[in-house]
Amino acid sequence: MAEQDWKTNKRVFAAVSLPTLLWTLLFFVIPMAIVWFYSFGENKGLTEIEFSGTLENYKRATEFLYLGIFGKSFAVAALVTLICLIIGFPVAMAITFASEKWRPWLLLGIMLPFWTNLLIRTYALMILLGSQGFANKGLEALWSSASWLKTLVGMQPLPTWEPVQLLFNNFAVVFGLVYVHLPFMVLPLYAALDRLDRSLIEASLDLGAGHFRTIMRIVVPLAAPGIVAGVMITLIPALGAYLTPDLMGGTDSQMIANVIERQFKKANDWPFGAALSFILIYAMFILIALQSMRRKVPEAR
Amino acid sequence: MAIFSRTPRAPLEYSRTLWMRLWVGAVMVFLYAPLVVLMIFSFNDSKRNVVWRGFTFKYYDKALGNDVLVEALVNSLTIAALATLISLILGAVAAVMLWRFRFPLKGAVDGTISLPIIVPEICMGVAFLIFFAKWLEWPTDLIWPFNLGAIIIAHITFCFPFVTMVVRSRLATFNREQEEAAKDLGAGEWAVFRDVLIPHMRPALIAGALLSFTLSLDDFVIASFAGGPDTITFPVKVYSMVRFSVTPEVNAASTLLILLTILLTAVALKLQGVKAIAETH
Repeated sequence: MAEQDWKTNKRVFAAVSLPTLLWTLLFFVIPMAIVWFYSFGENKGLTEIEFSGTLENYKRATEFLYLGIFGKSFAVAALVTLICLIIGFPVAMAITFASEKWRPWLLLGIMLPFWTNLLIRTYALMILLGSQGFANKGLEALWSSASWLKTLVGMQPLPTWEPVQLLFNNFAVVFGLVYVHLPFMVLPLYAALDRLDRSLIEASLDLGAGHFRTIMRIVVPLAAPGIVAGVMITLIPALGAYLTPDLMGGTDSQMIANVIERQFKKANDWPFGAALSFILIYAMFILIALQSMRRKVPEAR
Repeated sequence: MAIFSRTPRAPLEYSRTLWMRLWVGAVMVFLYAPLVVLMIFSFNDSKRNVVWRGFTFKYYDKALGNDVLVEALVNSLTIAALATLISLILGAVAAVMLWRFRFPLKGAVDGTISLPIIVPEICMGVAFLIFFAKWLEWPTDLIWPFNLGAIIIAHITFCFPFVTMVVRSRLATFNREQEEAAKDLGAGEWAVFRDVLIPHMRPALIAGALLSFTLSLDDFVIASFAGGPDTITFPVKVYSMVRFSVTPEVNAASTLLILLTILLTAVALKLQGVKAIAETH
C-alpha cells in the first residue's frame, strides 16, 4: 500500500493535518511574514513603524560596514567548519572502525556535550581561557621550563611571562565555535562512514594503495554526501551563532547575529534588523540550494 | 594499548592504531576538560575560578538560596516539560500526515514544517519578539505558569519539526501490512493508531522527547526575545550572571544542570540501550 490520497479518508487527514498546519501558519509563517514586511518599513517616531515598501534597509545593509560583517561571519563560519572537519574526520573514522563494544560509548562521549547546555559549555571555556585560567597557566609553565632549559645550557633566560589574551578576541570566537560545533560534524560523518562498503577499502589496500591514499581516493569520495551534510550542519548554525561571539568575542569580533540583536535592543531600528535577518535567511537558503544541487549531480550520472 | 595487544591489528582496525587513539583521546579531553574544571571549581572555597582553596558546598547553598535563580530553573523545567509534551503530539501527528497521505502542495508543506530547523535562532527570536510584543500585544503580567506561554509557544515551534524528522524516519521502516491486518481484524482508525502505530513509533518518540527537552532547556536566544522583561529562564539568568560577574555560584548551578543532563541520558540509556540512542542521531 503506497501513500493514500487525502480524499479517500478526509476525516483522518483533517485530524492529522489541521493541528500542525494551523500551528505552523499561526506561530511560524505569520511571525516570519511580519518580519519580512518590517524589512520594507521605516521608523516613524520611537515606536511607530510605517510600512512604506522602501528598499532603504536593504540598501543600508550593502554598506561597507555591514558587508564586512557578513563577510567576516562567513569567513569565521567557514574556518570553524574546516577545523571541525579536520578534527572530526579521524574521530568519525575511529568510531566507525571501533569494536562493537566500544562504538556506542564513543558515540555517547561525542553526544553528551551536544546535550549539555550551550551557555554552560561556553562559560566553562571562558573559565579555562581567562587570563588567570588553566590555558594560560599551562603556557606559563611551558614558558618557564623553556627558560630554565636555556639557562641550563648556559644561554640567557627568556623574558618573564606575560599572560596571553586568549579571551575576548577573534581567536576565542573560533575556538569557542569549534568547541560547540564539533559534535555536529562528527555525527553525520560517522553516519556516512558507517554505511560504507568495507570490502572496497580492503580491495584498495590489497591492491597496494597505502592507508592515506585509500582514505583520500576511496573513503572520502564515497563518504562525500556525509561530508557535505556534516559541513552544512556545522556551517549553518555557526553562521547564525549569537552566544559565542557575544560572550567570548571582543569589540571587533561581532558576527551578523550580534548586529541583528543590537538593532532590536540598543539601536532600536527594527526595520533594519528585519532586513538583516532576512538577508541571513536568504544566505541559508542559498547554501541549502547549493547542497541539494550537489546531491543531484551523482544521481544524474 | 595497541602496542601490547595480543592479536595483530587487522588492516581496517584503524581505531587500534596508536595515533588514532591519541587523536580520539585528545578530542575527548578537549570536549570534557572545560566541563570537568567547571564542576571541580564549583566546590572551591574561593571567589575566583583560579586557585584551589579547599572544599566547600557553600556555593551550592548560595545558588539554591538565590530565589531568582531557583525560579528561573523551575520556569525552564516547566517550559521544557510542556513544550516537549505538545511538540511530541504535534510532531508525531505531522509525521503521520507526511508519511501516510498524498495531498496537494505536499512539498511546500513539508518544506515549511522543517524550516524552523534551519532558520537561525536569532531570526526566529526577532520574529517572536515582534509577533508577541508588538502584534499580539501579548500580556506580560499573567500569573504563573501562563506568563511562560509565549516562550512555550516559541519552543514548540522550533522543537516539533525535530520530532517530526525522527518519527518520520522511524515510520519509513513500518510494514503497512500490519495496519491492514489490524483493519481486517476490525480495528478502527483510532485503534490502529493507538495499538499498532504508536508502539512502532515508541523509540522515535522517546528520542524526539529527549531532543525537544534538551533543545528547549538549551535555548537562550529565543527565550530572551520571546519572553517579557519579567519572565526569566535558567539560561537567561545564567547569561546575565556570566555577563556581569563570573562567580562560583554559576559553577554550582551549571554543575546541577550538567548532572541533570547526565541523569536524563542515563534514563534514556535505561529505556533504550546505548546502541539505539546512538542510532537516533
